[in-house]
This record gives sequence, C-alpha cells and structure tokens, in this order.
Amino acid sequence: MTSRAPSSAAAAGPGPERQVALVDLLDRVLAGGVVISGEVVLGIADVDLVRISLRALVASIRAVQEDEPASAPFAETDPR
Amino acid sequence: MNDLVWIYAVTTGPGPPEAAGLSGVAAEPVRAVEGEGGGEGLTAVVGTVPAADFAEDPLKDHLEDLRWLEAAARAHHEVIDTVFRHGDTVPLQFATVYRDDDSVRAVLRERSADFTGALARVHGQEEWGVKAYMDPGGGPEASGGPAPSGGPGGGAAGASGADSRPGTAYLLRRRAQRDDREQAFQRARGRAEDVRGVLESLATRGVAHPPQDPKLAAYQGWMILNDSFLVERDRAEEFAAAVTSCAEDFPEVELELSGPWPPYSFVGEVEGRRA
Repeated sequence: MTSRAPSSAAAAGPGPERQVALVDLLDRVLAGGVVISGEVVLGIADVDLVRISLRALVASIRAVQEDEPASAPFAETDPR
Repeated sequence: MNDLVWIYAVTTGPGPPEAAGLSGVAAEPVRAVEGEGGGEGLTAVVGTVPAADFAEDPLKDHLEDLRWLEAAARAHHEVIDTVFRHGDTVPLQFATVYRDDDSVRAVLRERSADFTGALARVHGQEEWGVKAYMDPGGGPEASGGPAPSGGPGGGAAGASGADSRPGTAYLLRRRAQRDDREQAFQRARGRAEDVRGVLESLATRGVAHPPQDPKLAAYQGWMILNDSFLVERDRAEEFAAAVTSCAEDFPEVELELSGPWPPYSFVGEVEGRRA
C-alpha cells in the first residue's frame, strides 16, 4: 500500500513505514472483512481468528523478550 | 483431498485485469469467478489452494505459526488492495474457504443483496487508520510539584500531612499516586474524544479497534486511540490535514496515520456477525 498522506501527517507519528505494520494489518484482515457465517463449507467460520492468531503473536513475543514485565495497556482500565 | 477455493474479495464488474498477475496466500495465481443468475454483476476474486494446507485442521495449525500467518495475511491484503485500487471492493474475512467455484457462485447469488448493499456503502471511499499515543506521566498537572497535595484530588493527603507515622505516609503517597494516575487517565480519555470528534466530522463513519499490545506494536505509554475512519476519496487530503492539525493542537498526543486501506472495518456487519 502506498500512503497518499501528506508527509507532514506522517511526521506526526513514529515514522512512515514502507511496509504495512503487521499489527495494523491483523487488526483489519483478521477482525474485519465480510464474515459469511453458515455458508462456508469448512468450519473455519467458527474459528476465533483473532484469538488464535493472538496466541501465535504472544508466543513469538515471549520467545524474544521473556524478562520484561508487562505494562498495563490503556485498554485494561478503559471500559470502551 | 481436493483443492479448495480461497476468496479474497467481492467487487463489481469483471474485476481488475491486473489480478491475473497476482499470486495469493498459497502463491497461487489469483483469478475471477463471475456471478450468475442473482449474482450477476458481482465478481469474486479467488485462488485455488491445496487442501493439505487449507483444510480446517492444517489451516488451524498454520494460524498459530506467526511466520505463516504474517505471510498469508500480507498476501491476502496484497490481493485485496490491488482489487480495491481498481474499484469498489468488499474484502472477505481472512480464511474464507469454499470447496469449489460452484459454491462461490452460489454465495454470490444467495448473498447478492448483502454484497450489493455493502458495495454501495463503501462506494468511492477508503479506510484510514489513526492511532494516538499519550505518556501517562505527561501533562501540566501530573508533572507538578513533589507534594502529593499538588493536584486537585490531593486535598485529603494535604490535610493529614502532619501525620508522621510511616505506614500512614506510605498509604497517603500511594493514594496520591493513584489520584495522579486517575487524572492522567481521565485526561487521556478526554483527549481521545477530542481527536475522535474532529476526525469523525470529516468521515462517513468511524470505528474503534481495541488498543494494540504495547510489545506487539512497540510503543510506550498509552495507546489512547486505535480507530478506523471511512473517508470519501476526495476528502482524504483534508482528513490527513486534520490529523496534522490535531497533532499541533494537542502537543501531548502523538498521532499516527495509516492508509488508505480497503474498507476492511466497514463491511463486517453485512452478514450479521454471529451473536
């Protein structure tokens, strides 16, 4: 994907990325898109993709940084 | 076992000619399946994938392998993004797999009203992602004096500050820290609403994703916003400029814009997500 955003907007963040960030991609590809329930021939429609892939993500992170304590994300206290 | 059919997206008309040169999640050539009967005018962009990797059980195993997942998610997105650049597109959720082309044509026919409605809703629009970060310790109040009574919530601590018992002092200090944190939290939430309000005024719709894990997304502090906005294509520059001015108006907030994305976050309710 090429960003059409003016460079000034990109400069507001941590930095423009040539490749789409994986976390942003997974937010959309796994949790978004049309879900066709009941018609998919295979049972995949019943698989919780977000949870299953989160396990993969967490496992890979854990392998890299075992020692760091988890800091509480904003989400934990945010009722939204 | 036979081959299976992975669906990437549904679009209108004959589909993008450049889809012919694309490869998909199994490095397979991507192709078009045109709707018939009630599904006429709709095209599914699909690929034939081996059942050995994409039947239910092997697919579940692959999904827990981050390297596989990343490669497949990027391939899925690459196809959808190409189709999206060609015209209005409804992305399918990752891992929508059918037995054969006839099943695909059947779903185009039976769900044609849903797909047509979704295509109309995203017509001429694209998705933009906005993330906002804030340092919990930042802000004018939190960085004030060392006294716990410095903040508006510190009155109780100040009143009994003469108490010299160490246990009490400890509890007061803890309470002051908690109050500071609570204030920072409320401030962050207020800022998130400020930014959201500005951006929603330029968007057709907005949707909030859960904040990302700090380790996965590699950030510090709080992710106070992880939203997607559906924006008309000819307002995209205006939208990006609004993000820039939000960053100027709220210097304590760090903003990050991504896009344009295909409208992943604005088609999911079409089929009625399982309750």
